[in-house]
Amino acid sequence: MTLGDAPPPSPSPARGGGNHSAPLLEVRNLRVEFPTRRGTLVAVDDVSFTVSSGEVLGVVGESGAGKSLTGMAIIGLLEPPGRIAAGQVRLEGSRIDDLAPDALRQIRGRRIGAIFQDPLTSLDPLYTIGRQITETILAHLPVSRREARERTIGLLAEVGIPAPERRMDHYPHQFSGGMRQRVVIALALCAEPKLIIADEPTTALDVSTQAQIIRLLQRLSQQHGTAVMLITHDMGVIAETAHRVAVMYAGRIVEIGAARSVIQAPRHPYTAGLMRSIPRVGASAARLAQIDGAMPRLVAIPPGCAFHPRCPQRFEPCDGARPRLFESGDRRTACWLYADAPTG
Amino acid sequence: MHQPAEVARALVALQGVGRDFDVSKPWLNRVVERAPRQLLTAVDDFSLEVRSGETVALVGESGCGKSTVARLIVGLYPPSRGRIEFDGTPQTAPASGIWSEGVRRRMQMIFQDPYASLNPRWRVTDIVAEPLRVQGSLARRADLQARVSELLTQVGLSAADGEKYPHEFSGGQRQRISIARALSSTPEFLICDEPTSALDVSVQAQILNLMKELQERLRLTYLFISHNLAVVSQMATRVGVMYLGRLVELADAAALFSRPRHPYTRMLLDAIPDLDMSGRPRTPVAGEVANPLAPPAGCAFHPRCPLANQRCRAERPKLSPAQGTLVACHAVEERRG
Repeated sequence: MTLGDAPPPSPSPARGGGNHSAPLLEVRNLRVEFPTRRGTLVAVDDVSFTVSSGEVLGVVGESGAGKSLTGMAIIGLLEPPGRIAAGQVRLEGSRIDDLAPDALRQIRGRRIGAIFQDPLTSLDPLYTIGRQITETILAHLPVSRREARERTIGLLAEVGIPAPERRMDHYPHQFSGGMRQRVVIALALCAEPKLIIADEPTTALDVSTQAQIIRLLQRLSQQHGTAVMLITHDMGVIAETAHRVAVMYAGRIVEIGAARSVIQAPRHPYTAGLMRSIPRVGASAARLAQIDGAMPRLVAIPPGCAFHPRCPQRFEPCDGARPRLFESGDRRTACWLYADAPTG
Repeated sequence: MHQPAEVARALVALQGVGRDFDVSKPWLNRVVERAPRQLLTAVDDFSLEVRSGETVALVGESGCGKSTVARLIVGLYPPSRGRIEFDGTPQTAPASGIWSEGVRRRMQMIFQDPYASLNPRWRVTDIVAEPLRVQGSLARRADLQARVSELLTQVGLSAADGEKYPHEFSGGQRQRISIARALSSTPEFLICDEPTSALDVSVQAQILNLMKELQERLRLTYLFISHNLAVVSQMATRVGVMYLGRLVELADAAALFSRPRHPYTRMLLDAIPDLDMSGRPRTPVAGEVANPLAPPAGCAFHPRCPLANQRCRAERPKLSPAQGTLVACHAVEERRG
């Protein structure tokens, strides 16, 4: 069975402690800016969403949509001059976007684990993977060296690395791409974080390895109740893994809702166009449906709905006012077509 | 089926082609450590015909040798063994990798990364005109300019774009420039090595549609290399599946996608994420591609194969016909799978 069949899990009261109704991660009106000589570029604009324990939220979009920057802003790794210009990031109810760098470093690794696209850049080539994981555990948890070592072996076994006692003495270059990504996941899990931010974790991998890593992420969120924010450009990965999905375009969320309904019955014309342009095995159409044009550059985001110049369904209000996320049925859509629509 | 009534002539033919790379340690290490020379066989015993007007796709995971095949055909690598012919003409000397001038201008290549394959210091006009200049086919600057404008319009850019530099274009537009450059010498045969892998899906659709239109309009023949089976099913007439340097299955696209025969092909198809979310049961993919420096004995796929038996571990299966397709698998031959 795929996880997509499961109903979105409700936050578990046992795990949440005192404020069990609050989501684990809450992002409110996040705005990321890059001041440049020619003016301020807005890379992430008024983005709000939540992720609960045990839930996988997919964030999907094309390059430049702002999905990675959203993830980086949450873990406080925006590269200067990029900065959070407005909005809040709350982890388990308390703000983390205004913390000092030191305090934030404590949270990274301890409460938020990060997985990036290229496993080679996340690992130090000069240390054995066992040492890297053990040191990370010692940095975050009050355990003895021996316990840390045992934990390392346990983690490596959990992410599916065969013979972990032996493998932990190997260096990153002695692992294949898929195995390296497992090591990176083990590293992210070291301190049992509540939230994992995975940015394109399968993009550098072959299809067969990809499926294995997806399965691993699913299992982690199911068994440990970890919240996962999965950033990817690949709708297939979302379909396999995520409970809910947020679709981003030009720095904004244009549609957010249950993964199944967004993928099977997209409402925003951009999501619909995106879904139609994905080639599928067996559907041998002579031509793929395509969205003409390209996503606007940050220097020239159109007024109103950023998608309107490419939109086949645009009408009067589209180039005037920017649509907010209108609630309709099981999702919210930032499109004037769905303004005031009570149900879907 | 996709086949026309008469079988088109073979434009490119490879016969028993192999390519080894010397990956030995430096001489001093070999002497001190008594390490032997080490050869990596990237492609072995590879035979394939690409017929005029069709699109043959090569698929497989990284390291399976599909890009090496592309480079062998254009002559970027000389083959270690075997014979490559273009429209009946062999390379100038056996295993030289050198094509005669006449053949060379009839094939072109499109690369994966449109950021790395265009010179950032050149104007688009100069990039697109480069093959024409090399071949000296259009001497007058005005003719060259006219031809470049025509090429740019053909790939969906405007003639005015010729004055710009590559950095002024998005990934999709850059790939259009690469295509315009490849078409400038009016080739018949294009080798496309992962042409859309670096692009976003909506842009990928634009480029794939453009490639199909151009194929029809200019009667092009494509060798299309990709790891993405969904893209391949959109483009290919025939599909070759590669594993550790060898073809394991070669079939009409329709047959391959409706009835994959080789266990590896089935595994690849199974690994495609299910966008319809039908909840179809999926066999978990086991293991990883073996080390090409120490390929498994017998069938190279046997350590990952659910159908492997004693024979598979000992004897390498040959590519042989099975119901209209070519499959290299003992299990298929013995009807075990």
